[in-house]
This record gives sequence, C-alpha cells and structure tokens, in this order.
Amino acid sequence: MIALEGPLTYDRVVAARAVLDGSTDEGAVVRLDLGKVTEADSAGVALLALFARSAAAAGKSVEIVNASPELRRTLDLFPFPKPDAQKAPATGKRLENLGTATVEVAELILQFMVLAADTAWFIVLGVVQRRGIRWREVLYEMSAMGSRALSVVGLIAFLVGATMALQSAQQLRTFGANIFVVDLIGISMTRELGPLMAAIVVAGRSGSAVAAEIGTMVITEEIDALKTMGLHPTRFLVVPKLLAISVTQPLLTILANVAGIFGGFLVAVLYLDVGADTFLSRLEQTLMLKDVITGLVKSVIFAQLIVSVGAISGLRTKGGADAVGRSTTTAVVAGIFAVITADAVASLVFYF
Amino acid sequence: MSKDYVHTLEVKNLIARYGERQVLSDVSMTVERGEVHVILGGSGCGKSTLLKHVIGLMKPAGGSVKLLGVDLVEADEPQRNAVLARIGMLFQGGALLNSLTIRENVALPIKERTGLPDDVIDEMVRMKLGLVSMLHAIDLTPPELSGGMKKRAALARAMATDPEILFADEPSAGLDPITAAELDALLLNLKSRFGMSLVVVTHELASIEAIADRVTMLDKGFVIASGPLQEVKKKDHPMVRAFFDRASEAESRGTSVLDALSKESRT
Repeated sequence: MIALEGPLTYDRVVAARAVLDGSTDEGAVVRLDLGKVTEADSAGVALLALFARSAAAAGKSVEIVNASPELRRTLDLFPFPKPDAQKAPATGKRLENLGTATVEVAELILQFMVLAADTAWFIVLGVVQRRGIRWREVLYEMSAMGSRALSVVGLIAFLVGATMALQSAQQLRTFGANIFVVDLIGISMTRELGPLMAAIVVAGRSGSAVAAEIGTMVITEEIDALKTMGLHPTRFLVVPKLLAISVTQPLLTILANVAGIFGGFLVAVLYLDVGADTFLSRLEQTLMLKDVITGLVKSVIFAQLIVSVGAISGLRTKGGADAVGRSTTTAVVAGIFAVITADAVASLVFYF
Repeated sequence: MSKDYVHTLEVKNLIARYGERQVLSDVSMTVERGEVHVILGGSGCGKSTLLKHVIGLMKPAGGSVKLLGVDLVEADEPQRNAVLARIGMLFQGGALLNSLTIRENVALPIKERTGLPDDVIDEMVRMKLGLVSMLHAIDLTPPELSGGMKKRAALARAMATDPEILFADEPSAGLDPITAAELDALLLNLKSRFGMSLVVVTHELASIEAIADRVTMLDKGFVIASGPLQEVKKKDHPMVRAFFDRASEAESRGTSVLDALSKESRT
C-alpha cells in the first residue's frame, strides 16, 4: 500500500514522485491510497498516469483506494493516452537520397533557365508592345537597390582601396617601385574589386530583400492570386527588379571604382610620397578603357545573378515564417557564391 | 494557488487610445466564475483591443483591469506573470510556432511555467492533445495541419497549464460551419468539465447562440448592451437590432450607382 497526501499539483509533483518511486510493493496489484489527497491538477494526473504505465510495464496493475468523489472526477477528466508508437528506422536510403538530390539540382537549373528566358521575353515584349513593364516600380526599385546602397558601397570600396595600397606599400618601397601602386590600385579596382565589392554588398542588401519579399508573397498566397488574375509573377515582380538593377549596378560599380582609387590615392600621396600629379598622370597611362568596360560588363552579369538567385529562392519558399528566413539566407549565400563563380569564369574569358 | 477573488475578470471604466484616436471609451464588464462571456460587435468596434488590455498585452490609458483578483495596471512584473500563468489564450490564427512540432508547442508553456520533469510534461502534453482529439498529429508541424486542426492544437496549448480562465479570439474565424460548431462544442465541453471561465470574442451569430451565457456588446468603443444573451437580444438599440436581425442589410448597403443615376435624372 502506497499512500500520497496533500494536494497533487504542479509544485508537489516532484515530492510525490519520490514517494511513488521509493515504495517497494511486491504484490501483483499495487494499491494506491489517495485518501489524503485534497486536490489534483493535470500535472498530478500525469504523474499517476506515468505510474500506472510503469506498473503495467512491470506486469502489475494499480488499484486506487479511498479517493474522494471530487478527486475521482478530476482523474476521470483526462484521457489515458496510448504510448508513442516506435518509429521504424530508416534504412538503405542512400541511393534514393542521391537520386532525389540529383532531381532537385536538375529542377533548380531548369527553373533558372526558365526564369532567364521568361524575363528576356517579357522585356522584349514590354518594349515592343510598349506596355506591361511597370516603369514606376522600376524607378522605385532603382532607388531601393541603387541609391540607398550608395554610401555603404562607397565606404567599403574606399577602405578596400586604401587598405590594398597600404599593404602593398611595404613591398613596393623595398624595391623602390612606389609608383607602381597606381597600376595596382587602378587595374585591380576597375577590373576586379570594384565590381566584386559592389556586387557582394548588393547581394547582401537586395538579394535578401528580393527573396524575403517574394517568399512572403508565396506563403500568403499572393503569388497564386497574381497567377489567378492572369499576371505572370515573373513579369510582375522580377522584370522590374532586373531592369532596375541592370542600371544601378554599373553605376554603383563606377562609384566603387572611384572610391577605391581615391582611397589608394590618399595612401599613395600621404604615405608613399607619390605626388598627386604623378599619380594622376600615371593613372592616365596605365588605366585602359578596356579595364573599366570589362568591370562594368561583369557588374551587369552579377546584377542578373543576384536578382535571379533571390527570386528563385523566394519562389521556392514552402511553409511558414521560418521558411522565409531560410530562403533569405539561401539567397545571400547562393547569390555571393554565384557572383564569385561568375567572376572567376569572367576573369578567364577576359584574360588577354 | 489562491482562488480568493470575487470576479474572475473585472474591467472598470477602461479607456484605450491608439495615438490620438480613442478606441475604447469607458468600458466596464465583469466575468463570473464558470460562465461563458461573449464579447461581440462589428469589425473595428474595439473587441480585440479590449482583449489585449485584459490579458495585459497593452496598458490602458485610463480605468482598471482586475484579472483573477489582481489589478494588472498596478501589479509588478512577477505578479503579472503569476496571473498570466493561470490564464489561457487561444489566438485567432492559432499562433502556433511553425518551427516546432505540436508536441513541442504544447510543452512550451508547461516547461516555461513549471519545473516539472520531462516525462511528466510529455504525459501532460499527450493528455491535453487527447482532450482535443489531436494525439495522432503530435509529431507534425503546424504547416502540415488544416485550419481546424491548428485551432484544436492551439486550444490544447492554451489549456496546457490548467487555466482558470480561457480567452478565445474569434475561435471560429476561417472555419467551415461544421468545424466551427465542433470547436464550439469542444470549448463548451472543456469548460463544463474543468469549470473554468471562458471569454470569447466573436461576431459569428451561430457561435454566440450556441455558447454564450452572458454577452457584452461593443460599438465604436462603447458598451451598448450587456447582460444575459436572451435579454440583450430583446434590446431596442439600433446596432443590437442590426446585429441580431440582419434586417438592415439593405440599409447598410447604401445607395447604388443605379440609385444615384436615377436620382440625378429625376432632379
């Protein structure tokens, strides 16, 4: 016979459990005296249910004695749930997983190609038919993706340019080749770092914004609503962003070039004793228009990638608020990865 | 837990503002132990604002709210939390956390409010889910459930810590009549079994008829009628009539373009 007493409530459950566990009843029927239990809540009932379960597992049964009618009523309120079914272990799924992953990648590539084709077609159609492109939206996106990124792009490029000049200064000075800092800064900023820095900043700012916007529209069924109204989501949402970023990204890149070279200029003049006139005339000699154009072409490619990756991550959103967060993360990570890969490929192509 | 209060809920001369706009003016109401009290009124009448004040999510601009005998305005943080541990709230969309399973969702308030061992909590979770017939979905996540199932799971979570009063914000919103009726029946069943008070905000006539003991009716932030449902239904106030008779549908539609055009041509 085990006896419990007092209220069987939240704060008393741990003490009551100690009584239950401490008892050693040998018989096949465990008698539980609840005569002195004044009240019980769901925690207490849960404790009794657990006790009954463990007794049953040991081949015993529990008999409740002396419980007041009120207590019996409380015990009767709750269902006695079945224990969880054992889950079957997953085995031999490796090949299946590989197949699923392959199909997923293929789908992704297909989706990317369809998106590219759609946008190209809708832009041509919009220009030819003179309708269907939301020019106000394009302007709005240009302000969101371009002008609001001006300060951060400019600052980062300036710091990168200055840092690069500073780091190379030591080496160049050893060889008395201070003047070559102009070549270094001019060419690396315009060909590589300007476009790349601008693209990475924009991938973080706007790629995520595109994914979050479209992802939220997916889970609130706004995309379905657009389709039902006969509007193609790509035409309605992606085309304005693509047009906008195709204009703003080269402009941001030019800003990044100028800011980076200015950073290098300051370091060269103040720290490397290269005269301002010398710097500018050397820059004129070494910097080819080709370098600048190459960088700008790359920046347009990067821009397309950032918006496309953001849009696809957004469109693939499934689930709730957490899914939007995941899509946004994917958009930034995959966006930056795509930009850097494209940069590597472009460097090979333009290497002459 | 002390249960030495007179009224489960007592709202006195409550005033609420959003900036300059006064949303609730001089609202008073009481909820007694074990009754179903329905707060009703049209959209934008201040129902949800009232509910938010009552459960302490918003601070009133004037007046007082006494929940389970504790004045929420004057209570400090620990006191307020102690009261909140004794109430349950069923949010309109369910407000289940999407990233957690139903089991984790229901366990959340118990873990937060008590220091019980894990196996007791799990047993409680399964008992509560058994009460709302959702045991089969215990390891699913909310996005995998239908609207009615989400509401039932949310109800299990609201009931998780044996509340003395349960608030429900439009429990039948977005449900079909059959599921809504089932949910109403479930609420009534739980209420009568556990003897808790129930405060329901709704504008669904069928739901009100089915569950209400007493009602408080709001319009533009004022209480325009309160008392037992049968008495309120007989009142002459135009809004009360409009609400219960739905006779004014044609009136409230206003003039149509056709009316306007024919008037134009007449004058």
